[in-house]
Amino acid sequence: MQPRIVTLNVNGRKHQVAMDPNVTLLYALRDLGYSDVKNGCEIGECGACAVLLNGKPVNSCMVLACQVDGAEIVTNSGLGTMDDPHPLQEAFADTGAIQCGFCTPGMIISAKALLDRNPHPTEREIREAISGNICRCTGYGQIIEAVQVAAKKMEEASDEV
Amino acid sequence: MLPEFEFLIPQTLSEALKMLAEGAPDAVPLAGGTNLIPDMRGGYHTPGVVVNVAGLEELRSIRRENGHLVAGGATTIAELLEDHLIAQYAPILQEAAAAFATPLVRNRATVGGNLADAAPCADTIPPLLALGAEVELTSKEGSRRVPLEEFIVGPHETVRRPEELLVTVRWPVSPPHSAGAFRKMGLRKAACMAKVDVAVVVEGDESGRCRRARIALGAVAPKQFRVRAAEALLRDQPLTDEIIAEAARLAAEASHPRPGSEYKLKVVRGLVRRLLARAAEEIK
Repeated sequence: MQPRIVTLNVNGRKHQVAMDPNVTLLYALRDLGYSDVKNGCEIGECGACAVLLNGKPVNSCMVLACQVDGAEIVTNSGLGTMDDPHPLQEAFADTGAIQCGFCTPGMIISAKALLDRNPHPTEREIREAISGNICRCTGYGQIIEAVQVAAKKMEEASDEV
Repeated sequence: MLPEFEFLIPQTLSEALKMLAEGAPDAVPLAGGTNLIPDMRGGYHTPGVVVNVAGLEELRSIRRENGHLVAGGATTIAELLEDHLIAQYAPILQEAAAAFATPLVRNRATVGGNLADAAPCADTIPPLLALGAEVELTSKEGSRRVPLEEFIVGPHETVRRPEELLVTVRWPVSPPHSAGAFRKMGLRKAACMAKVDVAVVVEGDESGRCRRARIALGAVAPKQFRVRAAEALLRDQPLTDEIIAEAARLAAEASHPRPGSEYKLKVVRGLVRRLLARAAEEIK
Protein backbone atom coordinates (compact mmCIF):
# COMPACT_ATOMS: atom_id res chain seq x y z
CA MET A 1 0.00 0.00 0.00
CA GLN A 2 1.65 3.20 -1.26
CA PRO A 3 0.97 6.43 0.63
CA ARG A 4 0.08 9.43 -1.52
CA ILE A 5 0.79 13.11 -1.01
CA VAL A 6 -2.59 14.77 -0.66
CA THR A 7 -3.50 18.44 -0.30
CA LEU A 8 -6.51 19.15 1.89
CA ASN A 9 -7.79 22.73 2.06
CA VAL A 10 -9.58 22.78 5.39
CA ASN A 11 -11.32 25.91 6.65
CA GLY A 12 -9.03 27.97 4.47
CA ARG A 13 -5.83 26.29 5.68
CA LYS A 14 -3.77 24.18 3.33
CA HIS A 15 -2.46 20.85 4.62
CA GLN A 16 -0.10 18.72 2.59
CA VAL A 17 0.08 15.24 4.06
CA ALA A 18 1.24 11.73 3.16
CA MET A 19 -1.87 9.60 3.33
CA ASP A 20 -2.42 5.86 3.19
CA PRO A 21 -5.23 5.09 0.71
CA ASN A 22 -7.35 3.34 3.33
CA VAL A 23 -7.70 6.47 5.49
CA THR A 24 -11.11 8.10 5.32
CA LEU A 25 -11.54 11.85 5.25
CA LEU A 26 -13.04 11.57 8.76
CA TYR A 27 -9.83 10.13 10.23
CA ALA A 28 -7.63 12.45 8.18
CA LEU A 29 -9.47 15.52 9.52
CA ARG A 30 -9.46 14.33 13.12
CA ASP A 31 -5.74 13.52 12.91
CA LEU A 32 -5.13 17.05 11.64
CA GLY A 33 -6.83 18.36 14.78
CA TYR A 34 -10.34 19.04 13.45
CA SER A 35 -11.97 17.19 16.31
CA ASP A 36 -15.25 19.01 15.71
CA VAL A 37 -15.78 16.36 13.00
CA LYS A 38 -17.32 13.59 15.08
CA ASN A 39 -16.94 9.86 14.58
CA GLY A 40 -20.39 8.36 15.11
CA CYS A 41 -21.54 5.33 13.14
CA GLU A 42 -18.93 5.18 10.33
CA ILE A 43 -21.54 3.79 7.94
CA GLY A 44 -23.18 7.00 6.76
CA GLU A 45 -26.28 6.75 8.91
CA CYS A 46 -25.75 9.39 11.60
CA GLY A 47 -24.26 12.49 9.95
CA ALA A 48 -22.02 13.38 12.94
CA CYS A 49 -19.01 13.46 10.59
CA ALA A 50 -20.64 15.79 8.03
CA VAL A 51 -18.42 18.37 6.34
CA LEU A 52 -18.83 20.61 3.32
CA LEU A 53 -16.88 19.14 0.41
CA ASN A 54 -16.60 21.75 -2.35
CA GLY A 55 -19.71 23.36 -0.84
CA LYS A 56 -21.80 20.20 -0.56
CA PRO A 57 -22.54 18.40 2.71
CA VAL A 58 -21.26 14.80 2.80
CA ASN A 59 -20.49 12.11 5.36
CA SER A 60 -16.69 12.23 5.70
CA CYS A 61 -16.66 8.61 6.93
CA MET A 62 -17.54 7.41 3.42
CA VAL A 63 -14.94 9.43 1.51
CA LEU A 64 -11.29 8.44 1.14
CA ALA A 65 -8.89 11.29 1.86
CA CYS A 66 -6.99 10.33 -1.31
CA GLN A 67 -10.19 10.82 -3.33
CA VAL A 68 -10.45 14.52 -2.47
CA ASP A 69 -6.93 15.77 -3.18
CA GLY A 70 -7.16 19.54 -3.67
CA ALA A 71 -10.78 19.83 -2.53
CA GLU A 72 -12.15 22.63 -0.36
CA ILE A 73 -13.34 21.29 2.97
CA VAL A 74 -15.26 23.23 5.59
CA THR A 75 -15.98 21.87 9.06
CA ASN A 76 -18.14 23.42 11.76
CA SER A 77 -15.12 25.08 13.38
CA GLY A 78 -14.40 26.83 10.08
CA LEU A 79 -17.72 28.66 10.16
CA GLY A 80 -16.99 30.85 13.18
CA THR A 81 -15.03 31.29 16.39
CA MET A 82 -15.96 31.68 20.05
CA ASP A 83 -15.56 35.47 19.67
CA ASP A 84 -17.21 35.66 16.28
CA PRO A 85 -19.62 32.76 15.92
CA HIS A 86 -21.63 32.02 12.78
CA PRO A 87 -25.34 32.96 13.17
CA LEU A 88 -26.17 29.24 13.12
CA GLN A 89 -23.72 28.52 15.94
CA GLU A 90 -25.10 31.43 17.94
CA ALA A 91 -28.68 30.35 17.32
CA PHE A 92 -27.97 26.73 18.34
CA ALA A 93 -26.59 28.02 21.68
CA ASP A 94 -29.36 30.61 22.21
CA THR A 95 -32.26 28.25 21.54
CA GLY A 96 -30.83 25.37 23.56
CA ALA A 97 -30.48 23.24 20.45
CA ILE A 98 -27.58 21.47 22.13
CA GLN A 99 -27.90 18.73 24.69
CA CYS A 100 -24.91 16.39 24.57
CA GLY A 101 -23.55 18.32 21.58
CA PHE A 102 -22.29 15.33 19.63
CA CYS A 103 -24.58 15.82 16.63
CA THR A 104 -24.22 19.62 16.65
CA PRO A 105 -21.28 20.11 14.24
CA GLY A 106 -22.90 17.86 11.63
CA MET A 107 -26.30 19.47 12.13
CA ILE A 108 -24.78 22.91 11.63
CA ILE A 109 -23.01 21.76 8.45
CA SER A 110 -26.28 20.43 6.98
CA ALA A 111 -28.09 23.60 8.04
CA LYS A 112 -25.35 25.77 6.52
CA ALA A 113 -25.66 23.92 3.20
CA LEU A 114 -29.44 24.46 3.30
CA LEU A 115 -29.25 28.20 4.02
CA ASP A 116 -26.58 28.66 1.34
CA ARG A 117 -29.04 27.61 -1.38
CA ASN A 118 -32.33 28.42 0.34
CA PRO A 119 -32.14 31.38 2.74
CA HIS A 120 -35.85 31.14 3.68
CA PRO A 121 -36.55 27.46 4.26
CA THR A 122 -39.90 26.16 5.49
CA GLU A 123 -40.00 23.90 8.52
CA ARG A 124 -40.47 20.98 6.18
CA GLU A 125 -37.39 21.92 4.16
CA ILE A 126 -35.35 22.22 7.36
CA ARG A 127 -36.49 18.77 8.48
CA GLU A 128 -35.57 17.34 5.08
CA ALA A 129 -32.16 19.06 5.09
CA ILE A 130 -31.18 17.60 8.48
CA SER A 131 -32.72 14.18 7.79
CA GLY A 132 -29.25 12.67 7.46
CA ASN A 133 -28.25 13.86 10.94
CA ILE A 134 -29.37 11.92 13.95
CA CYS A 135 -29.78 13.55 17.37
CA ARG A 136 -29.93 10.75 19.93
CA CYS A 137 -31.02 13.25 22.59
CA THR A 138 -33.97 13.80 20.19
CA GLY A 139 -33.83 17.56 20.55
CA TYR A 140 -35.10 18.14 17.03
CA GLY A 141 -37.63 20.81 17.99
CA GLN A 142 -34.98 23.23 19.23
CA ILE A 143 -32.67 22.40 16.33
CA ILE A 144 -35.35 23.36 13.83
CA GLU A 145 -36.04 26.52 15.80
CA ALA A 146 -32.32 27.35 15.80
CA VAL A 147 -32.16 27.12 12.00
CA GLN A 148 -35.21 29.39 11.73
CA VAL A 149 -33.68 31.90 14.14
CA ALA A 150 -30.38 31.87 12.24
CA ALA A 151 -32.14 32.30 8.88
CA LYS A 152 -33.96 35.33 10.23
CA LYS A 153 -30.82 36.81 11.74
CA MET A 154 -28.90 36.34 8.49
CA GLU A 155 -31.70 37.99 6.54
CA GLU A 156 -31.70 41.00 8.88
CA ALA A 157 -27.93 41.24 8.62
CA SER A 158 -28.05 41.25 4.83
CA ASP A 159 -30.82 43.89 4.88
CA GLU A 160 -28.60 46.22 6.86
CA VAL A 161 -25.83 46.14 4.29
CA MET B 1 -9.98 1.25 9.93
CA LEU B 2 -10.30 -0.10 6.42
CA PRO B 3 -8.27 -3.05 5.17
CA GLU B 4 -5.27 -2.23 3.00
CA PHE B 5 -5.52 -1.88 -0.77
CA GLU B 6 -3.74 -0.30 -3.70
CA PHE B 7 -5.44 2.91 -4.79
CA LEU B 8 -5.35 4.00 -8.43
CA ILE B 9 -6.56 7.31 -9.87
CA PRO B 10 -7.06 7.12 -13.64
CA GLN B 11 -7.35 10.37 -15.60
CA THR B 12 -9.44 8.95 -18.45
CA LEU B 13 -12.00 6.21 -19.01
CA SER B 14 -9.62 4.14 -21.13
CA GLU B 15 -6.98 4.34 -18.40
CA ALA B 16 -9.58 3.20 -15.85
CA LEU B 17 -10.61 0.24 -18.03
CA LYS B 18 -6.99 -0.80 -18.41
CA MET B 19 -6.50 -0.69 -14.63
CA LEU B 20 -9.64 -2.75 -14.04
CA ALA B 21 -8.55 -5.32 -16.65
CA GLU B 22 -5.07 -5.62 -15.17
CA GLY B 23 -6.39 -5.87 -11.64
CA ALA B 24 -9.31 -8.24 -12.38
CA PRO B 25 -10.85 -9.98 -10.56
CA ASP B 26 -9.33 -8.32 -7.50
CA ALA B 27 -9.90 -4.70 -8.62
CA VAL B 28 -13.09 -2.74 -7.96
CA PRO B 29 -14.27 0.64 -9.17
CA LEU B 30 -14.95 3.29 -6.51
CA ALA B 31 -17.30 6.20 -7.22
CA GLY B 32 -19.43 7.61 -4.39
CA GLY B 33 -18.16 5.05 -1.89
CA THR B 34 -21.42 4.92 0.03
CA ASN B 35 -21.63 1.15 -0.41
CA LEU B 36 -18.04 0.14 -0.96
CA ILE B 37 -16.41 2.01 1.94
CA PRO B 38 -18.79 0.71 4.66
CA ASP B 39 -18.58 -2.75 3.05
CA MET B 40 -14.78 -2.67 3.25
CA ARG B 41 -14.87 -1.45 6.83
CA GLY B 42 -17.23 -4.27 7.74
CA GLY B 43 -14.94 -6.78 6.08
CA TYR B 44 -17.62 -7.82 3.57
CA HIS B 45 -15.45 -6.66 0.72
CA THR B 46 -11.65 -6.82 0.64
CA PRO B 47 -10.47 -5.79 -2.84
CA GLY B 48 -6.73 -5.67 -3.51
CA VAL B 49 -7.04 -2.74 -5.90
CA VAL B 50 -9.48 0.18 -5.80
CA VAL B 51 -9.84 2.28 -8.96
CA ASN B 52 -11.25 5.76 -8.37
CA VAL B 53 -13.72 6.49 -11.19
CA ALA B 54 -15.63 9.30 -9.43
CA GLY B 55 -13.97 12.13 -11.30
CA LEU B 56 -14.08 10.71 -14.84
CA GLU B 57 -15.77 13.20 -17.18
CA GLU B 58 -16.98 10.38 -19.43
CA LEU B 59 -19.22 9.10 -16.61
CA ARG B 60 -20.73 12.36 -15.53
CA SER B 61 -23.11 13.84 -18.10
CA ILE B 62 -26.90 13.69 -18.47
CA ARG B 63 -27.97 14.19 -22.09
CA ARG B 64 -30.66 13.55 -24.66
CA GLU B 65 -29.48 11.43 -27.54
CA ASN B 66 -31.47 9.79 -30.39
CA GLY B 67 -34.77 9.72 -28.55
CA HIS B 68 -33.12 8.45 -25.37
CA LEU B 69 -32.04 9.97 -22.12
CA VAL B 70 -28.51 8.96 -21.17
CA ALA B 71 -27.06 9.39 -17.68
CA GLY B 72 -23.42 8.73 -16.87
CA GLY B 73 -22.78 6.05 -14.26
CA ALA B 74 -21.08 8.47 -11.87
CA THR B 75 -24.03 10.89 -11.88
CA THR B 76 -24.83 11.46 -8.22
CA ILE B 77 -28.33 10.99 -6.83
CA ALA B 78 -28.30 14.71 -5.92
CA GLU B 79 -27.55 15.56 -9.57
CA LEU B 80 -30.55 13.46 -10.67
CA LEU B 81 -32.66 15.50 -8.27
CA GLU B 82 -31.53 18.83 -9.69
CA ASP B 83 -31.32 18.03 -13.40
CA HIS B 84 -33.95 19.62 -15.68
CA LEU B 85 -33.81 16.81 -18.27
CA ILE B 86 -34.55 14.24 -15.57
CA ALA B 87 -37.36 16.47 -14.27
CA GLN B 88 -38.85 16.63 -17.75
CA TYR B 89 -38.34 13.09 -19.00
CA ALA B 90 -38.08 10.92 -15.91
CA PRO B 91 -39.99 12.49 -13.00
CA ILE B 92 -40.38 9.06 -11.39
CA LEU B 93 -36.61 8.73 -11.20
CA GLN B 94 -36.52 12.12 -9.54
CA GLU B 95 -39.14 11.01 -7.01
CA ALA B 96 -37.00 7.98 -6.23
CA ALA B 97 -33.93 10.21 -5.86
CA ALA B 98 -35.83 12.41 -3.39
CA ALA B 99 -36.67 9.33 -1.31
CA PHE B 100 -33.10 7.97 -1.51
CA ALA B 101 -31.19 7.64 1.81
CA THR B 102 -30.32 11.13 3.11
CA PRO B 103 -29.15 14.43 1.58
CA LEU B 104 -25.61 13.69 2.84
CA VAL B 105 -25.57 10.31 1.09
CA ARG B 106 -27.21 11.65 -2.08
CA ASN B 107 -24.31 14.07 -2.61
CA ARG B 108 -21.92 11.11 -2.98
CA ALA B 109 -23.93 8.05 -4.05
CA THR B 110 -24.15 7.48 -7.80
CA VAL B 111 -26.79 5.95 -10.02
CA GLY B 112 -24.25 3.52 -11.51
CA GLY B 113 -23.23 2.44 -8.03
CA ASN B 114 -26.83 1.93 -6.94
CA LEU B 115 -27.49 -0.27 -10.00
CA ALA B 116 -24.23 -2.21 -9.82
CA ASP B 117 -24.56 -2.84 -6.08
CA ALA B 118 -27.98 -4.33 -6.89
CA ALA B 119 -29.41 -4.33 -3.38
CA PRO B 120 -33.00 -5.68 -3.43
CA CYS B 121 -34.10 -2.33 -1.96
CA ALA B 122 -32.07 -0.09 -4.31
CA ASP B 123 -34.44 2.79 -5.01
CA THR B 124 -33.32 3.78 -8.51
CA ILE B 125 -33.94 0.31 -9.98
CA PRO B 126 -37.79 0.14 -10.07
CA PRO B 127 -38.22 3.53 -11.80
CA LEU B 128 -35.52 2.69 -14.31
CA LEU B 129 -37.15 -0.70 -14.97
CA ALA B 130 -40.48 1.06 -15.51
CA LEU B 131 -38.79 3.45 -17.94
CA GLY B 132 -37.40 0.48 -19.91
CA ALA B 133 -33.75 1.27 -19.16
CA GLU B 134 -30.65 -0.55 -20.26
CA VAL B 135 -27.10 -0.24 -18.97
CA GLU B 136 -23.92 0.09 -20.98
CA LEU B 137 -21.06 -2.04 -19.70
CA THR B 138 -17.64 -1.20 -21.04
CA SER B 139 -14.34 -2.98 -20.74
CA LYS B 140 -11.13 -2.42 -22.62
CA GLU B 141 -12.35 -5.05 -25.12
CA GLY B 142 -15.49 -3.09 -25.97
CA SER B 143 -19.03 -2.21 -24.92
CA ARG B 144 -22.28 -4.10 -24.55
CA ARG B 145 -25.77 -2.98 -23.66
CA VAL B 146 -27.88 -5.06 -21.31
CA PRO B 147 -31.52 -4.46 -20.39
CA LEU B 148 -31.63 -3.52 -16.71
CA GLU B 149 -33.93 -6.47 -16.06
CA GLU B 150 -31.26 -8.91 -17.26
CA PHE B 151 -28.43 -6.96 -15.65
CA ILE B 152 -29.66 -7.77 -12.16
CA VAL B 153 -29.43 -11.47 -11.37
CA GLY B 154 -30.11 -11.58 -7.62
CA PRO B 155 -29.33 -9.81 -4.35
CA HIS B 156 -26.06 -7.88 -4.94
CA GLU B 157 -25.49 -9.96 -8.05
CA THR B 158 -25.30 -8.67 -11.62
CA VAL B 159 -23.91 -9.82 -14.98
CA ARG B 160 -21.15 -7.18 -14.78
CA ARG B 161 -17.74 -8.79 -15.20
CA PRO B 162 -14.99 -7.55 -12.87
CA GLU B 163 -13.18 -5.75 -15.70
CA GLU B 164 -16.35 -3.97 -16.84
CA LEU B 165 -17.55 -0.55 -15.79
CA LEU B 166 -21.17 0.60 -15.82
CA VAL B 167 -20.59 3.62 -18.04
CA THR B 168 -24.14 4.81 -18.74
CA VAL B 169 -27.77 3.99 -18.12
CA ARG B 170 -30.24 4.96 -20.85
CA TRP B 171 -33.95 4.80 -21.48
CA PRO B 172 -36.28 5.84 -24.30
CA VAL B 173 -38.04 9.17 -23.94
CA SER B 174 -41.69 8.33 -23.26
CA PRO B 175 -44.11 9.19 -26.10
CA PRO B 176 -46.79 11.90 -25.65
CA HIS B 177 -49.75 10.94 -23.42
CA SER B 178 -47.47 9.10 -21.02
CA ALA B 179 -47.54 9.30 -17.26
CA GLY B 180 -45.57 7.74 -14.45
CA ALA B 181 -45.82 7.36 -10.71
CA PHE B 182 -43.45 6.16 -7.99
CA ARG B 183 -43.89 5.40 -4.32
CA LYS B 184 -41.50 4.16 -1.67
CA MET B 185 -42.86 2.64 1.50
CA GLY B 186 -40.55 2.37 4.50
CA LEU B 187 -40.71 2.26 8.27
CA ARG B 188 -39.93 5.97 8.59
CA LYS B 189 -39.23 8.95 6.35
CA ALA B 190 -35.52 9.67 6.79
CA ALA B 191 -32.59 7.38 6.03
CA CYS B 192 -34.85 4.46 5.40
CA MET B 193 -34.50 1.31 3.38
CA ALA B 194 -37.43 0.55 1.12
CA LYS B 195 -39.88 -2.04 2.39
CA VAL B 196 -41.75 -1.71 -0.90
CA ASP B 197 -40.89 0.30 -4.01
CA VAL B 198 -43.46 0.62 -6.79
CA ALA B 199 -42.94 2.40 -10.12
CA VAL B 200 -45.36 2.52 -13.03
CA VAL B 201 -45.23 4.11 -16.47
CA VAL B 202 -48.33 4.19 -18.65
CA GLU B 203 -48.16 5.12 -22.33
CA GLY B 204 -51.61 6.17 -23.51
CA ASP B 205 -53.27 7.35 -26.67
CA GLU B 206 -55.44 10.40 -27.37
CA SER B 207 -58.59 8.67 -26.11
CA GLY B 208 -57.00 7.96 -22.74
CA ARG B 209 -56.70 4.25 -23.41
CA CYS B 210 -53.52 2.49 -22.22
CA ARG B 211 -51.30 1.44 -25.11
CA ARG B 212 -48.63 -0.04 -22.91
CA ALA B 213 -47.80 -0.09 -19.21
CA ARG B 214 -44.69 -1.03 -17.30
CA ILE B 215 -45.00 -1.92 -13.63
CA ALA B 216 -41.87 -2.51 -11.56
CA LEU B 217 -41.58 -3.61 -7.94
CA GLY B 218 -38.65 -3.47 -5.50
CA ALA B 219 -37.89 -5.00 -2.09
CA VAL B 220 -40.61 -7.66 -2.41
CA ALA B 221 -38.47 -10.43 -3.95
CA PRO B 222 -34.75 -11.30 -4.17
CA LYS B 223 -34.51 -8.85 -7.08
CA GLN B 224 -36.55 -6.03 -8.57
CA PHE B 225 -38.79 -7.15 -11.41
CA ARG B 226 -41.49 -6.13 -13.86
CA VAL B 227 -44.97 -7.55 -13.48
CA ARG B 228 -45.36 -8.98 -16.97
CA ALA B 229 -48.78 -10.54 -16.39
CA ALA B 230 -50.26 -7.19 -15.31
CA GLU B 231 -48.53 -5.37 -18.16
CA ALA B 232 -50.03 -7.85 -20.70
CA LEU B 233 -53.47 -7.40 -19.16
CA LEU B 234 -53.35 -3.61 -19.58
CA ARG B 235 -52.09 -3.63 -23.18
CA ASP B 236 -54.44 -1.58 -25.42
CA GLN B 237 -57.15 -1.41 -22.78
CA PRO B 238 -59.12 1.46 -21.29
CA LEU B 239 -57.97 1.86 -17.67
CA THR B 240 -61.17 1.09 -15.81
CA ASP B 241 -61.27 0.63 -12.04
CA GLU B 242 -61.85 -3.10 -12.60
CA ILE B 243 -58.84 -3.69 -14.82
CA ILE B 244 -56.61 -1.61 -12.52
CA ALA B 245 -57.76 -3.69 -9.55
CA GLU B 246 -56.97 -6.89 -11.45
CA ALA B 247 -53.50 -5.57 -12.42
CA ALA B 248 -52.86 -4.78 -8.75
CA ARG B 249 -53.94 -8.30 -7.76
CA LEU B 250 -51.53 -9.78 -10.33
CA ALA B 251 -48.71 -7.60 -8.97
CA ALA B 252 -49.26 -8.94 -5.46
CA GLU B 253 -49.43 -12.48 -6.85
CA ALA B 254 -46.04 -12.02 -8.53
CA SER B 255 -44.39 -10.76 -5.32
CA HIS B 256 -42.45 -13.08 -3.04
CA PRO B 257 -41.57 -11.30 0.17
CA ARG B 258 -39.61 -13.13 2.84
CA PRO B 259 -41.56 -15.16 5.40
CA GLY B 260 -42.90 -12.82 8.05
CA SER B 261 -43.28 -9.97 5.55
CA GLU B 262 -46.53 -11.09 3.97
CA TYR B 263 -47.99 -7.68 4.79
CA LYS B 264 -46.06 -6.44 1.76
CA LEU B 265 -48.53 -8.22 -0.52
CA LYS B 266 -51.28 -5.91 0.71
CA VAL B 267 -49.02 -2.90 0.30
CA VAL B 268 -48.14 -3.89 -3.27
CA ARG B 269 -51.78 -4.40 -4.16
CA GLY B 270 -52.80 -1.05 -2.70
CA LEU B 271 -49.91 0.96 -4.13
CA VAL B 272 -50.10 -0.51 -7.64
CA ARG B 273 -53.81 0.25 -7.74
CA ARG B 274 -53.31 3.80 -6.50
CA LEU B 275 -50.37 4.59 -8.79
CA LEU B 276 -52.08 3.15 -11.89
CA ALA B 277 -55.20 5.16 -11.11
CA ARG B 278 -53.10 8.30 -10.76
CA ALA B 279 -51.33 7.64 -14.09
CA ALA B 280 -54.69 6.87 -15.76
CA GLU B 281 -55.98 10.28 -14.66
CA GLU B 282 -52.91 12.00 -16.02
CA ILE B 283 -52.97 10.50 -19.52
CA LYS B 284 -56.59 11.54 -20.03
